Amino acid sequence: MSDMPWLSIMLAVPALGALALVLMPRGFARAREFALGVSLLTFVLALFAGLEFIVGNSKMQLVEEYSWIPQFGVSFALGVDGIALSMIMLSVILVPICLVAAWDDVPADGSRRLQGYVAWILLLEAMMIGVFAATDVFLFYIFFEAMLVPVYFLIGQYGGPDRARAATKFLLYSLLGGLIMLVAVIGLYTVGPGGSDGFLLANLTGLEIGGLTEKLLFLGFFIAFAIKAPMFPVHTWLPHAATEARPATAVLLVGVLDKVGTFGMLRFCLQMFPEASRWATPVVIVLAVTSVIYGALLAIAQKDMMRLIAFTSISHFGFIVLGIFAMTTVSQTGSTLYMVNHGFTTAALFLIAGMLVARRGSRTIADYGGWQRVTPLIAGTLLIAGLSGLSLPGLNAFVSEFLVIVGTFQRYPAAAVLGATGVILAALYILLWYQKIATGPRPEDVASTTRDMTVREKFVVAPLIAAFLVLGFYPKPVIDLLEPAVTTTLQHVGVTDPAPTVTAEGSEG
Amino acid sequence: MSVLETSAGLALADPSAVRAIEATGTSALAWLLIALPLLGAGLLLVGGRATDKFGPLLATLLSWGSFVVGALVVLQLAGLGAEERSLSVPLWDWVTTGNLSVHAGLLIDPLSMAFVLLITFVGSLIHVYSLGYMQHDPDKRRFFAYLNLFVAAMLILVLADSYLLLFVGWEGVGLASYLLIGFWNHNPAYASAANKAFVVNRIGDFALIIAMAYMLYTYGALDYATVHGEAGSAATTTLTVIGLLLLLGACGKSAQFPLQSWLGDAMAGPTPVSALIHAATMVTAGVYLVARSQAIYDLTPDARLAVAIVGAITLLYGAIVGCAKDDIKKALAASTMSQIGYMMLAVGLGPIGYIYAIFHLITHGFFKAGMFLGAGSVMHAMNDRVDMRRFGALGREIKTTWITFGAGWLAIIGFPFTAGWFSKDHIIESAFSAPGWQGWVFGLVALLGAGITAFYMSRLFFMTFHGKARWEDDAAPHESPLTMTVPMMVLAVGSLVLGAVLYPTGVLTGWLEPVFGHGEAHESLIPLIGIQVSVFVLMALGVALAWLRYGRDEVPVVAPVGSFATRAARQDLFQDEFNETFLRRPGAGLVAGLEVADNDVIDGGMVGGTSRGLAGVANVVRQAQNGFVRSYALTMLAGIVAILGAVWVIQ
Repeated sequence: MSDMPWLSIMLAVPALGALALVLMPRGFARAREFALGVSLLTFVLALFAGLEFIVGNSKMQLVEEYSWIPQFGVSFALGVDGIALSMIMLSVILVPICLVAAWDDVPADGSRRLQGYVAWILLLEAMMIGVFAATDVFLFYIFFEAMLVPVYFLIGQYGGPDRARAATKFLLYSLLGGLIMLVAVIGLYTVGPGGSDGFLLANLTGLEIGGLTEKLLFLGFFIAFAIKAPMFPVHTWLPHAATEARPATAVLLVGVLDKVGTFGMLRFCLQMFPEASRWATPVVIVLAVTSVIYGALLAIAQKDMMRLIAFTSISHFGFIVLGIFAMTTVSQTGSTLYMVNHGFTTAALFLIAGMLVARRGSRTIADYGGWQRVTPLIAGTLLIAGLSGLSLPGLNAFVSEFLVIVGTFQRYPAAAVLGATGVILAALYILLWYQKIATGPRPEDVASTTRDMTVREKFVVAPLIAAFLVLGFYPKPVIDLLEPAVTTTLQHVGVTDPAPTVTAEGSEG
Repeated sequence: MSVLETSAGLALADPSAVRAIEATGTSALAWLLIALPLLGAGLLLVGGRATDKFGPLLATLLSWGSFVVGALVVLQLAGLGAEERSLSVPLWDWVTTGNLSVHAGLLIDPLSMAFVLLITFVGSLIHVYSLGYMQHDPDKRRFFAYLNLFVAAMLILVLADSYLLLFVGWEGVGLASYLLIGFWNHNPAYASAANKAFVVNRIGDFALIIAMAYMLYTYGALDYATVHGEAGSAATTTLTVIGLLLLLGACGKSAQFPLQSWLGDAMAGPTPVSALIHAATMVTAGVYLVARSQAIYDLTPDARLAVAIVGAITLLYGAIVGCAKDDIKKALAASTMSQIGYMMLAVGLGPIGYIYAIFHLITHGFFKAGMFLGAGSVMHAMNDRVDMRRFGALGREIKTTWITFGAGWLAIIGFPFTAGWFSKDHIIESAFSAPGWQGWVFGLVALLGAGITAFYMSRLFFMTFHGKARWEDDAAPHESPLTMTVPMMVLAVGSLVLGAVLYPTGVLTGWLEPVFGHGEAHESLIPLIGIQVSVFVLMALGVALAWLRYGRDEVPVVAPVGSFATRAARQDLFQDEFNETFLRRPGAGLVAGLEVADNDVIDGGMVGGTSRGLAGVANVVRQAQNGFVRSYALTMLAGIVAILGAVWVIQ
């Protein structure tokens, strides 16, 4: 069993599934069921792979390595640490949920449209697994760029009225980041040991490049990741894309894909360019805190609920980046846990908001009001998702946000305090939104036949809320999975946790 | 300074002295205290309409079940030696990473159990009351689910053995409060009130989070045992900052100045909620937090002084506002603020005040809850009206309500030998024994507050139950059903006798001494008898004045314009106007401005310019965008080949 190439299989299954869907005859009636089956199979495979993973071991595991283009030093190398595995798990859990949520997005009208839609989602799943599992820098780059293709089509062909512009904007921003990164990728190879496996991550960490070269290489990667994450001020593509995308696409885009940005910062920026990372830290911290506050303030201002959710994510990504660059075990564990939690929270927010939009036919918040009396269950679960978004203790996001704040405080108290104001702002953007949607008298222009949550929709929401509660009260298994990887990262950067001042004083005396 | 050493000195000498022994027997089952109501909330919310029939009753029974468990634990605790009455119930490893390690666990000691009894007893009575009060509400089940949720969260708050777990309960009660204030949120004003409560509380919660960050930074831990055990090894400045942050947290939850503005609006919630959450229990959480953190406050006189000042300001603030309110619930809310101000003042006085603060907290829990339930009964009788100017002469119509309310009224004005007399007088005496100028200032404020309290509570009492009937035409007052009156009677009895039962017998001091140490009597600035006589005289004056104006004289049905002072008090001393002008409006402006800037400057100009430039380039290449996936794939492939070629050349 242990010799099974789990990651390759997990990569291949959804990719082949997508291929099969394309090859099926036009109007294949069971496209959705087929795709759901494939995604569930991938999920089960991931569970088996997870069982093979030894928690507490900080080395790369489930490792596979094949020579691919030796002439260029490129290997097809896969492997995961705790952070990568948690991201893959998040992806394989969210994809089936999204497929169920997207059940009625595209009518089964006998054309290829529906097949295409679910095939793109499956292909995207394969890319997501690949990007998190790649342990070859070039392979990572390929997945990083290739991922854009399914998203581009998911937005550009299946999105809202302004989809073309949104998809192009998304593509332009991402390509810009990708191009800069490409230069850095090639540059990195030249300073590395080279050879037929010169792009292997293991050969490129701990190089001690130093000087201007390291700083430039760091910037090349960081800018790409900052756009992807996205951070202030390169965030404006996200609200646009998330608004025009279908809710299920938005979930995968914001909930998983954007994590590649913060994942990349941890895996590439910090580990390969430790000196430059320390050099850049003050600026990054300022940008992160700005993202937290700016995203939250903008979220309060939004009139379109999908845009609102997108801005809450910008605020939350600010927290994640803040924790990563505060570089304490607590803050980075918090950030990586936040990456998982944010996936579930955002998924619930987008999908439940999507249920409202499907009923009312409008994303404009002002078009609602009193919906607690129209669809009590949808309104209630929206509130729960919102409470998770404002980091209510007992729900998932709280633990991670708390860890980021207190962990950051150990090194940058001012940044932690400023960032923590996001806690107050979060209450404002969530509760004001909920108030406008759900409270007030029952609207008169809504048909009395408007259905509350259907059974299918319950299957979408129930696992997400279960995840909120489990991760809120018992995050230990996930923390145990993440912490060794965080410790390794911090060792690479060469920083140690500050000791509590009381014992520090005591040991001096 | 000797007093200071009794509690903190013990902690400093031997950190293990404050570490609890692991619980056995009944106490090991203390988690049931929380689990029972939590189960109720879960069942009623998930079960949906299927539980409509039996849900409310089930919730009530589970709450009583929690009380029984609490009583059994107290019995076990009482059987132990005074020094052993601190038990821990470890639950599970919650958050452990880096130098942070928080195990969820419960701390069972006299302080937490005093709260447990208050919360579960008064809470269960209010469940019973709600069976009658909410009888005809279509969403009754949801109401009881939230009530159970509240009880569970409040018990987490007081039973937690670490600041982090306390915070779960802290925000949990905030959530329950939000849900219940907005229970009738089809009324937009009520929905706004709920939001206001949550957001203002979040400001306090923010401070609490920073306090925890500072604790972790300083002590490397968040559990009480470590933080309190090592409190003394930190610098005084650190302790002062932590103390002030905790105080700001307490101000939010306990509606103390400057975070008091939400409590009046919170009266939008159904009256049982006002009684339970916004009078008897949740709003006292701030007092609990300061009392629980005594190891920190003992070492920082500055932070303690800040606590006392906040208490003193709020006790006057609430009392002044209470004099002008015509809405019976808002008048009671102002009074709650003021009474919690007394408790804050007492905990701010340090070891001499802790026990009396908790004492007043318990008696207040009884008499204020009783009066709120009474107000609910009055509203029940008067078609849900709350304007006291349209009440009057109700004493004859609803006798049980009148008598039970009267008991609460006597207690709060501090009529001799009622519960409030014992507890409030001791706070006033303690205030006079504070060192230096503080003794005079706090003592006189507390004394003056007692007089004003007597005035505004008597005003409320007389306007409602005495004088001439000023009812609207459709009013037909009738007494409430037994489910409502029995809890009122129980609380009324408590309001009268609880003080005599707990204090002269030494039960309360004996119970709490293991936690707070023995508060030695200080030299008071004025002889004790002098204080007692002054309090009595002021009380009598307040009642008499109120009688002349609101009992004997005609009360106008429409409030007269009044002096500037009256108008200011009626508008809560302009707190909302202040917030509107200095916080909300500038905030809204900032947010709107940023939205424009994000679209025009960042998206349109700076970053957008770059992307537009790219788009310009892309325009040229646009011809390639023919929509065929094949050609895209081909282009990408070509690109990759070119890149790989470049690398090869470089080599």
